[in-house]
Amino acid sequence: MPEEFKLITKNLDQPGFTPDIGCYQRHGGYEALRKALSTAARDLPDGKKQSPQEVIRDEVLKSGLRGRGGAGFSAGLKWSFVDRRSGKPIYLICNADESEPGTFKDRQILHRDPHQLIEGMIISCWANDVKLAYIYIRGEMPIAARRLNQALAEARAAGFLGKNILGTGYDLEIHVHRGAGAYICGEETGLIESLEGKRPYPRIKPPYFPAVLGLYLCPTIVNNVETLCHVRHIVTLGGAEYAKLGTPNNTGTRIVSLSGDVQRPGYYEIEVGKVTLGELIQHPNFGGGLRPGRQLKAIIPGGSSSKVLKAGEKFQLKRKGPDGQMTSVETALLDLPYDFDSLQQAGTMSGSSAIIVLDDSRSMVATLGNLSEFYAHESCGQCTPCREGALWMEKALHRLNHGEGRKSDADYLLHIAQNIQGRTICAFGEAASWPVLSFVKKFRDEFESKGAADESARAANPARPQH
Amino acid sequence: MSFSVPSKLEAELDELATHYPQKRSASLMFLHALQEHFGFISRDAVEWTATKLGLQPINVYELVTFYPMFRQEKLGRTQVRVCRTLSCALAGAYELRDHFCKNLGLDTAKHGPQTTPDGKFTVEFVECLASCGSAPVVMVNDDLLEKVTAADAEKVLTRGRVTE
Ligand SMILES: Cc1cc2nc3c(=O)[nH]c(=O)nc-3n(C[C@H](O)[C@H](O)[C@H](O)COP(=O)(O)O)c2cc1C
Ligand code: SF4
Ligand code: FES
Repeated sequence: MPEEFKLITKNLDQPGFTPDIGCYQRHGGYEALRKALSTAARDLPDGKKQSPQEVIRDEVLKSGLRGRGGAGFSAGLKWSFVDRRSGKPIYLICNADESEPGTFKDRQILHRDPHQLIEGMIISCWANDVKLAYIYIRGEMPIAARRLNQALAEARAAGFLGKNILGTGYDLEIHVHRGAGAYICGEETGLIESLEGKRPYPRIKPPYFPAVLGLYLCPTIVNNVETLCHVRHIVTLGGAEYAKLGTPNNTGTRIVSLSGDVQRPGYYEIEVGKVTLGELIQHPNFGGGLRPGRQLKAIIPGGSSSKVLKAGEKFQLKRKGPDGQMTSVETALLDLPYDFDSLQQAGTMSGSSAIIVLDDSRSMVATLGNLSEFYAHESCGQCTPCREGALWMEKALHRLNHGEGRKSDADYLLHIAQNIQGRTICAFGEAASWPVLSFVKKFRDEFESKGAADESARAANPARPQH
Repeated sequence: MSFSVPSKLEAELDELATHYPQKRSASLMFLHALQEHFGFISRDAVEWTATKLGLQPINVYELVTFYPMFRQEKLGRTQVRVCRTLSCALAGAYELRDHFCKNLGLDTAKHGPQTTPDGKFTVEFVECLASCGSAPVVMVNDDLLEKVTAADAEKVLTRGRVTE
């Protein structure tokens, strides 16, 4: 039976668990930090020696942990790219901007278990020789920001933060920095600009890879809230043990945000790849199915920027057979294991692990119209294709949704979207085009018939006032 | 009326500026604090922040005009921010916002924040508030209301009407 596996949400889901340090410590809190700080140096078979910090970084690499913010990039590899020879300070930033539509997992941690994040951050900072770190939290979470400040003060008073942490001679400060309502601050280089006190205009890569030229042009690690929490559990379990959770190359657990047309929307933590999309939506332990009498129409599987999946679609997944050979296995939409690789092979992504379910009462034209307003509003405006294109797509969808559509709008939308992706400074360009490309391609009929109906109505009544 | 920042707030802001190796970084946090205190960001607040952080006023002003949470005019005492993004829209966010607007005599067709003439309410649509599992959601000042019904909206209106 598919079930939740609570690692990150274990404490916060317990009745009576409170966000103060006392409660956290009664639940084993800060034990992982003590363990990390007392890690011994390690001799490798090749005669080289690993410092205690290198040991922790190695465990994170071995754990297979992939970033939970959206791109799913290996956390251990990201840390290995950090320029440690520049002589500049290394910074760490926790990305708590959580703004990808559909996503509401970091909010649970920030509000209800802030110390878990702080412990994960302290360990990550120590392992990367970071002395100054920030939590960049979105402006619309003022209560969580206050709670984080309170938790940081508690950690300081307990000797886990500040000067000479637990008598080891290691100094670290963590500060909370609030955003102010702009989605693009979630993009890591936009976030860095914002933290420097500027407009959050993303930087171009290369050369501005945060690991080399990040905050104040110093090496910088940016990780998502959930990613940093996992570090604490990797230290507790050891990298190899942690890697047994989940499935190969998709290790550990992940908090899935489920919303839209299901009976039981909410967040559910699963072992990555051990539960299918269908189970997440239909099983009583998770979404509990659609409302009575409704059929599934589409699934947005990884935040609003991921490509939509259509009910009934089938995919060819590459799977390793018992003989080690790669074979292709036909897999129906609802049988897709919910993990990074399967979703990618299905032509989309698990992104921020936010699933939005759409039933047969929904218009795809209206749904895409809603999303296009989001992207038109949130483009930072630096790149012409994104700034103009996002607006054009929004306008075309607005007219389609208000009786002024044209049959050719479907192609028009595809044309614009195709000319944005790949031609911009940051991945927002893709984020804005992918929904349009996938909605129009997979539900072309709906877009064309809406446009055609509007055209006929206009032809029948040419004197009608223009919208 | 001359612009003055109370010394207690100024001391807090001076402390905030020490959180960063470069003072300019503190500008967003300064603006949040000033907006919380004065209700909005005035030209004077921009210039004061610039002087404190060793910047040109334009460096601060361009933040006020970019970041949606910063406001250049006074808002209502009860600020109602209705999430309009997909999951909330599916759960009735548009109807909810209409409900607020109609009850307060505001224009449902108008974009952007609208404040009632008595200064009691500001109503606006905002983008995803990261609580899509309990849609539709509304922020009322700092608080997040979840699974908001018409009856909940009534309560917000009743409470906001008596607030002085
Ligand atoms: C437009 C855009 C918005 C993003 N928003 C977020 C966000 O809200 N939270 C987040 O953690 N990552 C977000 N990301 C991903 C970050 O750029 C970055 O990859 C991530 O914080 C790295 O953390 P991770 O490796 O731990 O996942 C966004 C990326 C893009 C392109
Ligand atoms: S792609 Fe869009 S959001 Fe990203 S930098 Fe360019 S204009 Fe800004
Ligand atoms: S869509 Fe409203 S909170 Fe996410």
